[in-house]
Amino acid sequence: MTAPLLSVENLDMVFGGNKRDAGVRAVDDVSFDVMRGETFGIVGESGSGKTTLGRCIMRIIDPTAGKVTYRPDDSAPVTLTDLDKAELRKQWQSIRMIFQDPQSSLNPRLPVIELIGQALRKSEGLTGKALAERVAQLLQQVGLRPEFLHRYPGAFSGGQRQRIGIARALATGPKLVIADEAVSALDVSIQAQTLNLLQDLQDEFDLTYIFIAHDLAVVEHICDRVAVMYRGRIVELADRDTLFRTPAHPYTRELLEAVPVPDPSRRRDRKKTVPVPTGVQSAGCAFAPRCALATEICRNQTPPKRNVGGAEVLCHHVT
Amino acid sequence: MPQTPMHTDTSPLLEIRNLQTHFFTHDGLVKAVDGVDLTIQPDRTLCVLGESGCGKSITARSVLRIVDQPGRIVGGEIIYRAADGRTVDLAAERPGSRRMREVRGKDIAMIFQEPMSSLGPITRIGQQISETILLHRKVTKAEAREIAIEMLDKVGIPDPTGRYMAYPFELSGGMRQRAMIAMALSCQPRLLIADEPTTALDVTTQAQILDLIAELKEELNMAVMLITHDLGVVAEVAEDVAVMYMGKVVEYGDVHDIFANPQHPYTRALMASIPRIGAERRDRLPAIRGMVPHPLSRPSGCSFRTRCDHAIPGVCDQSEPKLQPAAPPNQPVSCMIKR
Ligand SMILES: Nc1ncnc2c1ncn2[C@@H]1O[C@H](COP(=O)(O)OP(=O)(O)OP(=O)(O)O)[C@@H](O)[C@H]1O
Ligand SMILES: Nc1ncnc2c1ncn2[C@@H]1O[C@H](COP(=O)(O)OP(=O)(O)OP(=O)(O)O)[C@@H](O)[C@H]1O
Ligand code: SF4
Ligand code: SF4
Ligand SMILES: [Mg+2]
Ligand SMILES: [Mg+2]
Repeated sequence: MTAPLLSVENLDMVFGGNKRDAGVRAVDDVSFDVMRGETFGIVGESGSGKTTLGRCIMRIIDPTAGKVTYRPDDSAPVTLTDLDKAELRKQWQSIRMIFQDPQSSLNPRLPVIELIGQALRKSEGLTGKALAERVAQLLQQVGLRPEFLHRYPGAFSGGQRQRIGIARALATGPKLVIADEAVSALDVSIQAQTLNLLQDLQDEFDLTYIFIAHDLAVVEHICDRVAVMYRGRIVELADRDTLFRTPAHPYTRELLEAVPVPDPSRRRDRKKTVPVPTGVQSAGCAFAPRCALATEICRNQTPPKRNVGGAEVLCHHVT
Repeated sequence: MPQTPMHTDTSPLLEIRNLQTHFFTHDGLVKAVDGVDLTIQPDRTLCVLGESGCGKSITARSVLRIVDQPGRIVGGEIIYRAADGRTVDLAAERPGSRRMREVRGKDIAMIFQEPMSSLGPITRIGQQISETILLHRKVTKAEAREIAIEMLDKVGIPDPTGRYMAYPFELSGGMRQRAMIAMALSCQPRLLIADEPTTALDVTTQAQILDLIAELKEELNMAVMLITHDLGVVAEVAEDVAVMYMGKVVEYGDVHDIFANPQHPYTRALMASIPRIGAERRDRLPAIRGMVPHPLSRPSGCSFRTRCDHAIPGVCDQSEPKLQPAAPPNQPVSCMIKR
C-alpha cells in the first residue's frame, strides 16, 4: 500500500485560551489520512471547526498541537507543522485552498487577470499575452466568459466570484486542493459543470481533494470517504456508501434525516424539526444534550473511537 | 399607476413591473436586470431561482435602492404598499431620501449573500445588531442588547451572551450568516429579502433558521422573498416560485405546479440537474450545455435559445418571447413554443 498523501495526527486548535478562560476548542484531537487521488469529504455542524481544520493543515494559522505530514512525491515526507514561512510558501504551490467566503478572499482592487495570474507568473514565469490566454482558458473552464479578464471582483455575482476562487486555486496545477464550500453559491447546472470539471482534473492529474461542504447530495456524489465533524471532533469517518447507507453516529443520522427533499408534495411538517440546544457540554460527549441515546456515561466520559460496521465512530453506545 | 388600495388583504405588498437595472461600464452596457416582473403577496413566501449571474441579487438590491455604481435603475416600477395602505414607487425615490431610509431595514430588511459585505469587520457583532435595533425600534440600550442576545440565541448561535462580544472574524462562516439573519429579523420587517440565507449552514441549522423565518412570518405577517439555488429549500418553504434567466423572469407559478409541471425549457433543465441523495450513481451530473451568453452580446429573440434543445430556427431567434399565460393559465412562461 502506498503512503497517504496527507496525514493529520492529533491536531488541536484552541482560540484565545488563558488561565481563567478555556477559550474555544475549534479543533479537538483530530486525526485522519488522505490518500493520493481521493476526494475526502468533511461535513458537519456549522461552527464545528471545518474551516479551521483546513486553515491549520495549510498553516494559514498555526495549530495549538498536532502534526501534519505531506508526501507530495517519492522523496522524504514533509512535516508541514515544522516548516518556517519560506519553506511553507514553496509547499503552497502544490497545496491550494478555495476559500469559503470569496468576497473577503479576493482583493477588490485587483482585476481578474491579476487575481488568477499572480501565481502563474511566479510559478511558470508567464507574462503578457501567454498569461492572458492561460487565464482566459481557466475562466472558460469554470464557466465564465473569457472577456471578463479585466473586470474587478465587485462587478461579479456571488456565484461568479466563487468560480474566480476556483480558477485561482486550480491555476498552478496543484496536488492537493482544500475546497471549502466551493460550489455552495452555484446554481445546480453550473454546480454540476464545476463538479464534472473537478472530477476530470482529478482523473487527468491524479489530484487529491479535501472537500468541505454542507450539501450532502453533492458530497455523496463526489467524495470517496467522508468525515463528519461535531464541535471540533470527527465523530464518524467512513467510506461514502457506508456513511450514506448505514450512518452510525446519532449526529450523522440526524443530519441525513434533515436533508430537505426537492419535492414540495413531500414537504414535512415544519413544526417537527428538533430545536437545537445551544448549551455547552463541558465533559463527555458534546452531542449528549441533543442525543436520544445519551446516558450517564455519555455526560461524563469522552467517547472512545470504535469500529461500527466499517465506520470509525466516536460514541459510547451505537453498535 | 394605481395609487389607491382596493382592499388591503389581497393587494400585493410589493409589485415589480418591467424593472430594468443596467451597469454603465467602460466596456459597454450590462443589462443585469432587463424587464423583471414580480409580485410579492403579504404573508407569502416567494422563492426566486435562476442561473448564477442572471440578476437575482441586483433585483433585490434595486428594491432597497442599494445598487452600486456604475449601476442604475433605468426603467420600470417598484410599487411598495406601506403599512398605512398608501403606495410608493421605490424606483422613483432618491436612494438617500428619507422615505428610502425608513423603508430600508425597518419595512424591508435584507439578508445578504455574502455576510462580510454587510457586517462591519471591526465592530463587535452584538453592537452591530443593537445599533440596528436602536435605529428602528423604540427601545432603550439595555433592551436592545437583550433583544440582540435573544435573536442570536434564536438563530442557534451557541453561547449568545459570549458571542455578543465577538468580532466577525472570530465566527465561522455559518455563524456570520446567522448573525446577519439575527440583525435583519430583529427589526421585525414587513418584507424580508433573503439572498442565499442558508448556504453556509448544515441542514439541521438550516431547518432551524427556516422554521424561525416561518414563525416570524406568521407572527408578524411578514412576506418573504427568498433567493436560493437549493431546490430542496424551495420545495420545503416556497408558496410561489419565480425562475429567472438573463435578467428576466421566464416562468412564474405555484410551487407545486412548477415542480410537477415545469413549462420553460430552462426550468426543466434546472430540475433535471438536481443532485439527490441515494439517486442512482451517475459518473457525470447533467449540466445545461454551453455558457450564458456575454451580457454585451445578447442573442436576438429568446435569450435561452443558444442553449435550448427545443429552439426552432426562424421562430425563437426572431422575436423575444414575453412572460404570458400558457396552458396552465396561472403559470405564465416566456417561450415561443408554449403559447
Ligand atoms: N480567529 C478566531 N478567533 C476565535 N475563534 C475563532 C476564530 N476562528 C474560528 N473561531 C471559532 O472556531 C469555531 C470553528 O470555526 P470554523 O470556522 O472552523 O467552523 P466551520 O466548521 O468552518 O463552520 P461553518 O460551516 O459555519 O463555516 C467556531 O466556534 C468559531 O467561532
Ligand atoms: N458593478 C458591476 N459592473 C458590471 N456588471 C455587474 C456589476 N455588478 C453585477 N454585474 C453583473 O450583473 C449580473 C447580475 O448579477 P447578480 O449579482 O444579480 O447575479 P445573481 O443572479 O445574484 O447571481 P449569483 O447566483 O451568482 O449570486 C451578473 O452577470 C454580473 O456580472
Ligand atoms: S456518546 Fe452517548 S451522547 Fe454521544 S452520540 Fe453516543 S450515545 Fe449519543
Ligand atoms: S423560446 Fe425557443 S429557444 Fe427560447 S426557451 Fe422557448 S423553445 Fe427554447
Ligand atoms: Mg467554514
Ligand atoms: Mg447573487
